[in-house]
Amino acid sequence: MDTQIAAKKSVNQQANQSRGIWADSFSRLLRQKSAIFGLIIVVTLICAALFAPYIAPYNPEKGILGDRLQAPSEGHWFGTDSQGRDILSRIIFGSRISIQIGIITVGISLVVGTFMGALSGYFGGVLDLLVMRFIDIMMAFPYILLAIAITAVLGPSLVNAMIAIGIVGIPIYARVVRGAVLSVKENEYVEAARAVGCSKSRIIWRHVLPNCIAPIIVQATLGIGTAILDSAGLSFLGLGARPPKSEWGLMLNQGKDSLQTAPWAVMFPGLAILLVVLGFNLLGDGLRDALDPKLKE
Amino acid sequence: MAEYLMEIKNLKKYFPVIKGIIPRQAGSVKAVDGVSFAVKAGETLGLVGESGCGKSTTGRLLLRLLEPTSGQIYFDGKEITKLNEKEMRPLRKELQIVFQDPYASLNPRMTVEEIIIEPMRVNRIGDKRTRGKRVLELLNVVGLANYHAQRYPHEFSGGQRQRIGIARALAVNPKLIVCDEPVSALDVSIQAQVINLLEDLQKEFGLTYVFIAHDLSVIRHISTRVAVMYLGRIVELASYIELYQQPQHPYTQALLSAIPIPDPKKSKNRIIIRGDVPSPINPPDGCHFHNRCKYAFDICRVERPELQEIRKDHWAACHLHQASQTA
Repeated sequence: MDTQIAAKKSVNQQANQSRGIWADSFSRLLRQKSAIFGLIIVVTLICAALFAPYIAPYNPEKGILGDRLQAPSEGHWFGTDSQGRDILSRIIFGSRISIQIGIITVGISLVVGTFMGALSGYFGGVLDLLVMRFIDIMMAFPYILLAIAITAVLGPSLVNAMIAIGIVGIPIYARVVRGAVLSVKENEYVEAARAVGCSKSRIIWRHVLPNCIAPIIVQATLGIGTAILDSAGLSFLGLGARPPKSEWGLMLNQGKDSLQTAPWAVMFPGLAILLVVLGFNLLGDGLRDALDPKLKE
Repeated sequence: MAEYLMEIKNLKKYFPVIKGIIPRQAGSVKAVDGVSFAVKAGETLGLVGESGCGKSTTGRLLLRLLEPTSGQIYFDGKEITKLNEKEMRPLRKELQIVFQDPYASLNPRMTVEEIIIEPMRVNRIGDKRTRGKRVLELLNVVGLANYHAQRYPHEFSGGQRQRIGIARALAVNPKLIVCDEPVSALDVSIQAQVINLLEDLQKEFGLTYVFIAHDLSVIRHISTRVAVMYLGRIVELASYIELYQQPQHPYTQALLSAIPIPDPKKSKNRIIIRGDVPSPINPPDGCHFHNRCKYAFDICRVERPELQEIRKDHWAACHLHQASQTA
């Protein structure tokens, strides 16, 4: 009886110790200064988005016309825009939209791209040829031009901009996943799964894709930054978020007319975009090293 | 029940060699070039040869993990060569494999429990509770402890991982297990443990093994009968005592003379083979071994020697013996 209890205890201990892969990666991530910097920016962004109503000092969409284009001061840290709205509050609320854009667009490209890449990589042959040529065609179009074309067809709105950027991002994920699948499927454990009698879909889901997760996570992290940048670009061009939304790209557009008299109306949203994209890129690079320790040695 | 559990006839596997900007087939690697043998239930057939002679390919062909170019495979008297993936699935319960590299053959993202349960789950054996019990049973059978079930493969040593691989193969109660160099990646001290384990399991569960190896002492230890392969063909097939005491094929003789004898006083009569193994893309005509064989005569360069029974249960593919028999 005692030995049973002891055995059970050791089972629990072992189980705790063995959840190691992710914990290891995380501690490796924390050993990189640039990745920590990226992580701090990303966490700050998420906090700003979650608690926007509590931290923003003013209503982001209602301006006081008497306070138009005020320079940064104690009352308005980042100044006000041409309609007298507090820029800091607009940036804080804009983080919500940015996160939405990041998650939804990357979600679209990730799901569709992974699906296409996994099938084409695993089955190869004619299917691979067709899918990859289709991807090549998509990649041959200038990225932003394709997104503009798609929003032009769907009509300008934030949702349509997200769909467009999501579609434009598909080829990158399809390629990354295909490459990873090609190398993972040659492993003996995939052959072992076949020998055991697993169906093809089970092999792809349980054996191949879980072992491709590292490059996918890295690509997705980098992709969120790019997606935020692109949607800001579309909004700046008037194809994304509509006024009076506090979207960063839209703020740039609205501020550009007063660039010479009130540069803060452009500078701060621009800095916000810069920092967030930089944050995601640093985090993505850090994850790449953390998830693949072999690469770094 | 058929006399043999598994029988293969004239099995061939050619891998195409694709070359050029406009891809075309420039030739083929004749990995397995007309191999025939049969395995009796309960025995261990050793398959031995140099690297690249097609022994692992043969093992994979037996399980239909590779599609044979031609030839037939019979299991339990039934031809399985032409079965598609779905028809093959029920047979996966009967045929299992233990791989060479214990580091590559276990999915690093699955726990040991998940790895061992999977064969039962996909073959719909038992329910959740009985499967969990069986995992612990199997772990004990292969000499691992219960708490190992929750661990991941990277936490184990090579020998332990190979035990996990064996437990996975046993999970579905197979009749035949192809052991594809299961010990060549392990330390010598661990090799003995794993081989003894395989022998014990054979006795306990009445398993049949096709045991692939390049290490002759390992083969001698475990095999009932031994098939020697050279460049995609079987050159000699006999019981292990026969083969080790009276090798008939010049290649087997040379191979056996290469076994080190742990006795410095004993003088060794080593037969050194000249040259290298020819490329399987363009193997020599006639007997594949003729350009390295010191006994080779004219017919060896022209005609392929068939595997013939030169003595009771002793088969060899060599014109030397066929000539002496007919004379």
